[in-house]
Amino acid sequence: MFKLTQDRNAKGTPLAKVVMQTLNDVMDHDDKVVFLEADLAGASNSRLIEKAHPDRFIQMGIAEANMVGTAAGLSVEGFKPFIHTFGPFASRRVYDQIYLSGAYAHNTVNVYGSDPGFTVAANGGTHTTFEDVALYRAMPTAVICDGADAVQTEWIVREFAKLKGVHYLRANRKDVRNIYEPGSTFELGKGNVVKEGKDVLIITAGQLLADALDAAERLEEEGISAEVVDMFTIKPLDVDLVLSEAKGKKAIVSFENHSIIGGLGSAVAEVLAENTVAVPFRRIGVKDQFGQVGTADWLQKEFGLTADDLIATVKELLK
Amino acid sequence: MDKAELKEVKLLATKIRKDVMEMLRHRGYGHLGGSLSIVELMAVLYGKVLHVDPKNPQMEDRDMVVLSKGHCGPAWYSALAEKGYFEKEKLMTLNDGGTMLPSHPDRTKTPGVDMTTGSLGQGTSSAAGIAYGQRLKGSKRFTYLIVGDGELNEGQCWEAFMFIAAKKLSNCIVFIDNNKRQLDGYTADVLYPFDYAEKMKAFGFNLVQTVKGDDIEAIYEAILKAQNNTDGANCIILDTIKGQGVKFFEELKDNHSVKFSTDELKKAADDAIAELAKEIEEEER
Repeated sequence: MFKLTQDRNAKGTPLAKVVMQTLNDVMDHDDKVVFLEADLAGASNSRLIEKAHPDRFIQMGIAEANMVGTAAGLSVEGFKPFIHTFGPFASRRVYDQIYLSGAYAHNTVNVYGSDPGFTVAANGGTHTTFEDVALYRAMPTAVICDGADAVQTEWIVREFAKLKGVHYLRANRKDVRNIYEPGSTFELGKGNVVKEGKDVLIITAGQLLADALDAAERLEEEGISAEVVDMFTIKPLDVDLVLSEAKGKKAIVSFENHSIIGGLGSAVAEVLAENTVAVPFRRIGVKDQFGQVGTADWLQKEFGLTADDLIATVKELLK
Repeated sequence: MDKAELKEVKLLATKIRKDVMEMLRHRGYGHLGGSLSIVELMAVLYGKVLHVDPKNPQMEDRDMVVLSKGHCGPAWYSALAEKGYFEKEKLMTLNDGGTMLPSHPDRTKTPGVDMTTGSLGQGTSSAAGIAYGQRLKGSKRFTYLIVGDGELNEGQCWEAFMFIAAKKLSNCIVFIDNNKRQLDGYTADVLYPFDYAEKMKAFGFNLVQTVKGDDIEAIYEAILKAQNNTDGANCIILDTIKGQGVKFFEELKDNHSVKFSTDELKKAADDAIAELAKEIEEEER
């Protein structure tokens, strides 16, 4: 059960810190959990794991392919590996390794791909991933989660640690706005209706959830009733929720920090089309573009991923 | 290794070689050259070295094998069948739809196969992870990693070798099957490899041995030496011949993947099988 925070403008603990603190706690209680880092401990906060669990912190150096393969080998030996690197290197760069040595071989590899989409900020276009979800969606059995805030991200890490298989967590390293009250729990593969509404359905994931809720409240002021779904598990998609919440809506919008090709919007579109849901629909996301450098705020605007963009799209659809 | 043991391992090698020929001849095609070049290694490992239980393939704390040159699965399957992991008849199902013996090893399908391989280079990292896991568990067991010389074109091998050496994973014994050829021809022509032994030393392996890949006793001695080198990384380079042990196929120009499409090739395979059967009969006498 989840409970929404009273103060959505406050930010929580930086998400990388959340991931590493949670993982460290999990490792305190489960000696099968190991953590592999590709020379980014200083960037990810995993030094705390290195200090607390030096035997199960494995420094791989800047060798992501080998990191994934080594993780797969550790899984063969019964360990539960978590790995971290920046999103593009945790997806594009090691796709065949994750795919074959991980998923295809029925191994367990938990992946934290940090700084997805516009959150890359100063690292720029080379370090941007707008396609990580598309890649992992095409990988049989892989599970994809996009953490909306600190509370949810902590829950995701704890959940991954219990499961076998390939799991991908995309989340900012920095602090993001709070959505959920501490202690909230979720269900993997089940989306959350975080705001009810009757005119328009907004389906989103990750830190854009805060922007979606901002947009929904502003739409409400203009007499448009907007429902917001937190689809934090992008795969497996909560198809039942998409269909039940689509019922009776005048418009449906997906809103994601990812390319409109292959991500959450594509997944939702497939469900709508295959179930003959004939409602005006738009995918808001990155329109087949490469990333670039800038502040996260600037990039969010540049790629049309703000509450203003969402509001404009909703209004256009309802015209 | 005493005389009786040597005889036994040699017999196992001959049986594996015959099985490989029969499987591929039955199928009509297959990765012949590289399967035959590791026959003696497989015979030494499964005949003399490995702490495993064919009746309990998932036995706790066993030695692990990773065939990173996954296309040579037929040699591994033959060794596993000869040791009783599954019935020998299964060998003829290679590449059938739904078979437990796919062209490339699959840990979810075949008893005795501990890691899925086939995308070249990847088995090196998996083996490193398995060996690391063995060490974390305080196990005294080994991981035997078999890499092809052509496979060394893959950068991931060298990432894994750096890691194995830097972490002193002495329990991960790396075999390089230096059969000198790959799909497109001689490794020296495709992408000149320079000196493997020097490269491995430069990457930090503190014990690099080179032995004739068809010399059962030499392979065994090298493994014993590697097992005793616990303060560094171990590499054994096998000087082999692609197609090893069957003269016709050793000399065949394109012997990476052979299609038995002509009468000459079919006859050569049949002759080899008959010859190997005769050898087995003599060796068993």
